[in-house]
Amino acid sequence: MTNSDINRLKDKAFQFFGIFCTFIGLVVLAIFLFDIILEGAARIDWDFLTSLPSRRASRAGILTAWVGTLWILVLTTIIAFPLGVAAGVYLEEYSTKNRLNNFLEINIANLAGVPSIIYGLLGLEIFVRQMRLGGSLLAGALTLSLLILPIIIVTTREAIKAVPRSIRDGSFALGASKWQTVWNQVLPASFGGILTGIILALSRAVGEAAPLIVIGALAYVPFTPSTPLDEFTVLPIQIFNWTSRPQEAFLTNAAAAIIILLIITFMLNGLAVYLRNKQQKKIKW
Amino acid sequence: MSKRIKLEAKDLNGYYGDFHALKNINIAMEEKAVTAFIGPSGCGKSTFLRTFNRMNDYIEGFRAEGEILIDGKDIYRKDVRVDELRKEVGMVFQKPNPFPKSIYENVVYGLKIQGIKKKSVLEEAAETSLRRAALWEEVKDKLHKSALALSGGQQQRLCIARALAISPSILLMDEPASALDPISTAKVEELIYELKNDYTIVIVTHNMQQAGRVSDYTAFFYMGELVEFNKTKTMFTSPKDERTQNYITGRFG
Repeated sequence: MTNSDINRLKDKAFQFFGIFCTFIGLVVLAIFLFDIILEGAARIDWDFLTSLPSRRASRAGILTAWVGTLWILVLTTIIAFPLGVAAGVYLEEYSTKNRLNNFLEINIANLAGVPSIIYGLLGLEIFVRQMRLGGSLLAGALTLSLLILPIIIVTTREAIKAVPRSIRDGSFALGASKWQTVWNQVLPASFGGILTGIILALSRAVGEAAPLIVIGALAYVPFTPSTPLDEFTVLPIQIFNWTSRPQEAFLTNAAAAIIILLIITFMLNGLAVYLRNKQQKKIKW
Repeated sequence: MSKRIKLEAKDLNGYYGDFHALKNINIAMEEKAVTAFIGPSGCGKSTFLRTFNRMNDYIEGFRAEGEILIDGKDIYRKDVRVDELRKEVGMVFQKPNPFPKSIYENVVYGLKIQGIKKKSVLEEAAETSLRRAALWEEVKDKLHKSALALSGGQQQRLCIARALAISPSILLMDEPASALDPISTAKVEELIYELKNDYTIVIVTHNMQQAGRVSDYTAFFYMGELVEFNKTKTMFTSPKDERTQNYITGRFG
């Protein structure tokens, strides 16, 4: 065998290894999905979606859980969206290079890496105890907002950065102030990217159980919350609760709830991809 | 025939951090004339152009010393508001930079940010400006279509229309035709020739023939210095400085 034969062989070998690595994650996910659907799909019916929790597996439903998840989703969006976008705009457009801003930037990157349960403890101390919100929807949404703020800030900055300098120059040269330039040019041009980031951040928040358990969200809530100050549960907590029961029937319930949760996250991710593509088609610099 | 002086620089020095980019520049430019800035890349001509509407303010580390006078008034004084200044001094950039909005929205943007909302005023200003920029006939049926769908040459004329819409008296052009094809370039040059009846125009160009065609006066910059400033005809036929001669005969640059 000549040297070039060996090189070609190595090339091929690596190619197959690469394909193998790529497929590991996907295959495992596919097996998991198949397993879950096989176990839970038959359990999903109208009653399952509209029933309150129960000690009897066959009568238990996820009404309180998915309504709670929806509440959390909406409240978290309302809180995290303006905060995250404003912080991103400040850091990208207004801040000058100095020590304070360097410090801020490094720590925002660090925050994105803090484990979610730590945010739960933070939320427990500040929102539940100091602000006396208890284990309410509002406390949960505030905690999750903290959790996803770094993600929103970082993606907002990336989206804003993609707007070319020349657009800002054009606006300034016509006498626009910084705020007018940001509001009329930069934000509209980067809105698709910002929205994509927020949706991806939310789809992460929807799947969190740990921080909410820490702040005291309950597994058993016999009513659907009607104000932000009500106690609540969410789908991940419900799933966690059911999977820790010994009875087989509850595992089926958990599988069914997982399917619903996955549908929600896949829908959010799909929306994010759709918005990104639409934005890319609309604006070509 | 001596006309009024519109733009003036007195002992102007510009720095990017430690780099001395503009060295002691003194120049006085006539009203309603076209002045061309020529010189090799990095000679400071664009930087100098951008001092007249203070676009350098956004560049971190840039500072200017000396005076820039417009109608005899120093625009680097503390009490000068840049938004007011830029109503007076329009700018067209090297690469066409239309906003990702409709043609109409592009033209009226400058007026809208001044708080003008009346539709009749905006529409009239849009038509007048587009006509002045010789673009009206080409776009009048698609005013509400995206400006990004126009050709490069049309986009550049749209940017000129956009600058004219806020009725400046001065137009700064930073290599306005360098990204355009020859036909579009010719159109832009024709336009400059038309516009000098009403505006004081300063144009930065790399293209010597262009400077010769469109300008009344030419300033040659080299390594941050203003080497020579004279009537374009005089400058191109009998340059006084050796460096100018070398540059315009193509020996460097």
